[in-house]
Amino acid sequence: MADGGVTDGPDKNDDVERAKCEGKEMTKEEKQRLRKEKKQQKKSKEKKDDAASQESEKGKKSDGKSSPASQPLPKPTTQKEAPAPADKPAKSKAELKAERRARQEADRASKQGSKKGEVGPQASAGKPKAPPSELQPVVKRLPEHMQVDNPDVLKKLAKKLERQQIPLRLDYGYKVSLFSHLHQYSRKAPLTQQLSIPSTVIHPAIVRLGLQYSQGIVAGSNARSVALLHAFKQVISDYTTPPNEELSRDLVNKLKPYISFLNQCRPLSASMGNAIKYIKKEISNIPSQCKEEEAKRKLLNCIECYINEKIILAAKAIAKYSIEKISDGDVILVYGCSSLVNHILCEAFEKAIKFHVIVVDSRPRLEGREALRRLVQRGISCTYVLISAVSYILPEVSKVFLGAHALLANGYVMSRVGTSQIALVAKAFNVPVLVCCETYKFCDRVQTDSFVSNELDDPDDLIVTRKGKTQLEDWQQVDSLGLLNLVYDVTPPDFVDLVITDLGMIPCTSVPVVLRVKNVDQ
Amino acid sequence: MPGPDKETDLTERIEAFLSDLKRGGSGTGPLRGSAEMARETTSLLRRITAQARWSSAGDLMEIIRKEGRRMIAAQPSETTVGNMIRRVLKIIREEYARSRGSSEETDQQESLHKLLTSGGLSEENFRQHFTALKANVIEAINELLTELEGTTDNIAMQALEHIHSNEVIMTIGRSRTVEAFLKDAARKRKFHVIVAECAPFCQGHKMATSLSKSGIETTVITDAAIFAVMSRVNKVIIGTQTVLANGGLRAVNGTHTLALAAKHHSTPLIICAPMFKLSPQFPNEEDTFHKFVSPHEVLPFTEGEILSKVNVHCPVFDYVPPELITLFISNIGGHAPSYIYRLMSELYHPEDHEL
Repeated sequence: MADGGVTDGPDKNDDVERAKCEGKEMTKEEKQRLRKEKKQQKKSKEKKDDAASQESEKGKKSDGKSSPASQPLPKPTTQKEAPAPADKPAKSKAELKAERRARQEADRASKQGSKKGEVGPQASAGKPKAPPSELQPVVKRLPEHMQVDNPDVLKKLAKKLERQQIPLRLDYGYKVSLFSHLHQYSRKAPLTQQLSIPSTVIHPAIVRLGLQYSQGIVAGSNARSVALLHAFKQVISDYTTPPNEELSRDLVNKLKPYISFLNQCRPLSASMGNAIKYIKKEISNIPSQCKEEEAKRKLLNCIECYINEKIILAAKAIAKYSIEKISDGDVILVYGCSSLVNHILCEAFEKAIKFHVIVVDSRPRLEGREALRRLVQRGISCTYVLISAVSYILPEVSKVFLGAHALLANGYVMSRVGTSQIALVAKAFNVPVLVCCETYKFCDRVQTDSFVSNELDDPDDLIVTRKGKTQLEDWQQVDSLGLLNLVYDVTPPDFVDLVITDLGMIPCTSVPVVLRVKNVDQ
Repeated sequence: MPGPDKETDLTERIEAFLSDLKRGGSGTGPLRGSAEMARETTSLLRRITAQARWSSAGDLMEIIRKEGRRMIAAQPSETTVGNMIRRVLKIIREEYARSRGSSEETDQQESLHKLLTSGGLSEENFRQHFTALKANVIEAINELLTELEGTTDNIAMQALEHIHSNEVIMTIGRSRTVEAFLKDAARKRKFHVIVAECAPFCQGHKMATSLSKSGIETTVITDAAIFAVMSRVNKVIIGTQTVLANGGLRAVNGTHTLALAAKHHSTPLIICAPMFKLSPQFPNEEDTFHKFVSPHEVLPFTEGEILSKVNVHCPVFDYVPPELITLFISNIGGHAPSYIYRLMSELYHPEDHEL
């Protein structure tokens, strides 16, 4: 995670050491706060005596560095001493670091022995090399929905929701131990049942949207994002700035409880997260002298533009690139219902390319049937199988087209559960796998397995009645039985041959490059 | 007269068995387990030996071959029937050889040396009549039946050698052998089992309820999540319908995906299969795997008119190549897939491979 944690390296070690010794888990927020306090204290102390300490510090540093034999790093010393006489605030930072380091060494030497003491100053000495502009310290706050097993986090969430007057959704059913850090809700108990009608806190469009999410009426990352943006358009057009408030700040605060509510109904997807970031940025960029009507018009326009550019036009661009990859006589395999892949296939069919589609589906969502209906309606010839028959049907397939829910920064593709399996079997049969994804779904998270961050759906969906017998009917009564209904999984980049985005056709490993270019643009 | 009555009685039983076979193999997986099928076949063969009219071993073998061909034609996917017939034929050959007094043919394989030295002796037409042959053959078939009864227990006894505590074991669908295996290990060790439900028949649900009732921590997952959870699995233990002559498997659909996922994560794949499932067939596109059932299971008729415009497939079996398999556990111990051909030569005579 924190590869550029330049200034925070020694701090984190320090805090973690102390926390370990004290036997208490400090959350990252508290750690950050402590760090800030310490910095403030040091700054106030430093402003008192400057000149005298400068030289003594220099002396201390060079001594401190050269003395332990295990520090063959001449570079950092020169770098440190060069800006030292020129810059005062940089100096104080370096001084703080030196003091902290000295304290660390003393602590560690007394408690843990010499080994750690060598590592500590070595690490801190090596790190200041990196220029701060590119590798900013990433102090990521772990999202709440991945920390369900931490009671402190749950308490904080409950307090926040109470403040925002949003009901807390309770977990349902026995959770498999590997996933005890995630929520598991029941579809039969939607959050909206706990709201008063009419809800005074939450806009009715958002309430409706939340219900649609939690019941699965609106599903699929594009559909969810578009629905979210339309609901926000409604919210913005109904919004009036209260007196003595600025639109740019107040509107953002108004949106926060809505987002918490939607998060409770169903965890936000990566695409929704990016859309929300964009809206918040646009709102806070509204100049304060702008009149309310004009501001609202501007925002609505921005949202329209976003939908148009990132979703509709992107789909057109991706279809154009993909059609180059589809030739006559192809047998194309698709999985589940991806709006983008369906769009591509329909466009290819319009261009009179002759191909056959195999739709693979899986329980319990059976989304493939929806894709099947759409394709058959257009007149495309289709075959339909379940995912367990994939190795039977793959020898006939020439290409696999998959949709994605998000593309992670380490090149992994996060998509509907079962996608990685199809990619695996396709690889074993040497069939090319192409993933189609718009750039607004790229996110800078990294993940290597499907456990750490996932979504658990209602476990009752797995229950099926065949020939009048329901085997798992009373699974709750049996203690040692658990049902697992995963929603997403991650596909390693070596299974994917090509990613088709609106920027062109790129390999999976170029995702962080695209992210960086986007960040620089914005 | 006892003769004709016995014969009609015999033919009746054979017809009943054949119609059972024809009905039993349709759709929802075997109505009876393979072990039961093997036992029924062997008892029927014993009855044929006892009641049919034959004078020499050759006659008996002809009768059995004829009935065997009819049984295999009734249900080609039930390979245990064919396997038992071949076992009995081998028994008859052995008993005949023993009665003749010639040395035990331990190595049935053709060799250049044998061709040169035993010239005229290889003319075995089994025409000699021995009075004790019938009794001997029936006794040997009884031994075979006792062996069949004990297969599941024999396999289950080896469970503790392969499962350590706090393991996560994955399995797919429902196999009575694997169920007994896991339950036996659960008496002494604590471990966690993940069962893939194996759509569309969802046999995995029954397996999971049965295992959890014995106190084993069980989780049911969908077929789509097999690769997603495989990284946390220590071993994959599955059963199979048939073990092919090259060491490959013919197992329930979804097993190939499971095997590929296990190979990707370097997780050992262990097959619990008793010896009567070993078949002398080699994998061959046309007749070995393709058995389909009604696509109604996959896309029900309630879907409406798109049914007439799409093709729907519902295969029952999957082929798993021997490179993906780590170990076979059978009632006579554990073997690598590369050893299967050797076991086959002990169980079946090469001339019986094609009935």
